[in-house]
Amino acid sequence: MTGSFIHPALIMVAGSLILPFIRGPFRKPYLCLVPILAFCDVLYLSQFPGTYGVITLLDRWTLVFGRIDSLSMVFAFIMALMAIIGTIYGLHVEDEWQHIAAWFYVAGSLGVIYSGDFLVLFLFWEMMAFASTFLIWFSKDKDALAAGYRYLLVHTFGGVMLLLGFVLRYQATGDLSFGLLDEHNTSLYTWLIMIGLMLNAAVPPLHSWLPDAYSRASITGSVFMCAFTTKTAIYTLARAFAGFDILIALGVVMAIYGIVYAILENDVRRLLGWEIVSQVGYMVAGVGIGTALAINGTCAHAFAHILYKGLLFMGAGAIIMTTGESRLTNLGGLYRRMPLTLLFMVVGGVSVSAFPFFSGFVSKSMIIAAGFESHLYLAGFLLTAVSAGTFLVAGLRLPWLIFFGETRCDPTTWEKARDPVWNMRLAMGIAAFFCLLLGTWVSFLYSMLPNTEVNFHPYTTSHLAETLQILAFTALAFYFLKDRLAATSTISLDLDWFYRMAGRGFLWLAEKPLQWADTAWGAAYRVVGLVTLMTIARFSAWFDWNGIDGVVDGTARLVRALGGRISLALQRGQVQMTLYYAITFAALFLTAYVWL
Amino acid sequence: MIVNFIDLLKQWPRTVRLLGAILAGAIVIWSLAAVDTSHAHTWLEKYIPGFWAIFAFLAACILIFFAGWFGRSGIQTREDYYDR
Repeated sequence: MTGSFIHPALIMVAGSLILPFIRGPFRKPYLCLVPILAFCDVLYLSQFPGTYGVITLLDRWTLVFGRIDSLSMVFAFIMALMAIIGTIYGLHVEDEWQHIAAWFYVAGSLGVIYSGDFLVLFLFWEMMAFASTFLIWFSKDKDALAAGYRYLLVHTFGGVMLLLGFVLRYQATGDLSFGLLDEHNTSLYTWLIMIGLMLNAAVPPLHSWLPDAYSRASITGSVFMCAFTTKTAIYTLARAFAGFDILIALGVVMAIYGIVYAILENDVRRLLGWEIVSQVGYMVAGVGIGTALAINGTCAHAFAHILYKGLLFMGAGAIIMTTGESRLTNLGGLYRRMPLTLLFMVVGGVSVSAFPFFSGFVSKSMIIAAGFESHLYLAGFLLTAVSAGTFLVAGLRLPWLIFFGETRCDPTTWEKARDPVWNMRLAMGIAAFFCLLLGTWVSFLYSMLPNTEVNFHPYTTSHLAETLQILAFTALAFYFLKDRLAATSTISLDLDWFYRMAGRGFLWLAEKPLQWADTAWGAAYRVVGLVTLMTIARFSAWFDWNGIDGVVDGTARLVRALGGRISLALQRGQVQMTLYYAITFAALFLTAYVWL
Repeated sequence: MIVNFIDLLKQWPRTVRLLGAILAGAIVIWSLAAVDTSHAHTWLEKYIPGFWAIFAFLAACILIFFAGWFGRSGIQTREDYYDR
């Protein structure tokens, strides 16, 4: 088997490099073929757990590209499955660059999941960040460029933290392997690595990039993004930080924070983004609890979450693509125009709300049960309260504001709204099928989970009674208070306010002193230049006037032209690029400092 | 088919409300009568009848009111805030 190890990321990368040459009628079959091949590869590799693709670099570092064990198997399975669904959803997209970016992104995720050391992890980690930035830039949204720069900057910061963390760890221990870190023997590098990984999991206060980027990405781009970045980060946290108590508190805060913002949100995809923050909070808490049941619950919830959240983002994408409208204040009553999209979004909504027979029911409850079994009652109760909030937002508020209620669409929006093209419907159908499958055929999911000794049964009468009570009485609260959940045409300020405003402050600082220097230079030149001219004129009367004049004018023109160029270059106002260069340079400098 | 079904429901709002209330009542009665809570994790679940119904109703109300207060405290602002 060692000789036949083919990394699924390699299939995705090779597939995307060949893609531009496949045209015409072969394009769509080829688009389906590549992720299916990668999926088959993942299935094949799952038969042979072990360590493959080991390369020794410069006789010093051992790189491990293929660590196949029970934890990486389940994550690789769902990522490869989602790659198929996402690609089918985007089959109609003509622009091959979008597919290439998405596939590189998937390859990055699979590479991280199979990586056995920090160097390989970092390589694929950055590949994910850069590829996904293009998924934002390909969007037609007018804010997409700025949002992409913000996304890239934030992730570069996270990458630098991770880099610093594992480089410091290498310096201290001489170890580059990626495994469980010691909770009782922490050091600066432990926290740096944790910050780097937590940023991708969107743990507050490092979460603002998520709703910002996912609401601006291209339609298919957001379907890919909602699946890969955060859940890959959950995998890495489960690998390196299982049982770290701080993650329980952060996860619970995250779950509550996300749901509160989701209640306030007006943009469909931002709302869903906030709900990712909330749901990933359960997984972060599960990693923090760290028992066998909690880790199984985290994996199961990540698995289920990718499918139903993908489904919700696909539904939202269908609405935005056909109507061109993403604000809830300008939607409503669309069930007549897009009944199939309604059906799929309701399936996604009841899955995330943990209705019996849908996927959330069998996954979320594991994490909550693990909390109660570890006597973390506060965490258990708060996470249960958030699950009521989840139903409130995704199961009730979202369909009510988009599909039911009175319509707030203007006539053109209403006219344009219709169910999307066949491939988007097919992709939504596949995801909806899996949501139902996971909820009904429990052993399909549970047999893939890493800790096989755990025995958990979701369909007990007490669990059913608990869930049904929660759902029924949340719906009752919604019925009485639904006017308070109506959409308003507002945005909600979040922690990204600080870096957006800091960016402006930086721009102001760069602008004002430079402008001042420019003005001062002009004034000085006028005075000095004139005085010089007069002096020269007075003392050198017998000199050729025109000659002197020529020299002075020439110098003046040169100086003025140079000054203009420099200030133009410095004052271009692309603060993102400036910051980006600065951070990259700082990263290189620090690495060199630590390593040499 | 989906559209007709929803239109039908919309024609009979009182019946839908009544059915919803009956369903919620049935869930609570079934939970009280037929579900064994002696293995519950906390005494709250063991000894308070219909605990999760009360809990969920309160949780949903608290979340809605807290979010409303939080939003009005200055977090919600005009849409062109960042555009200047």
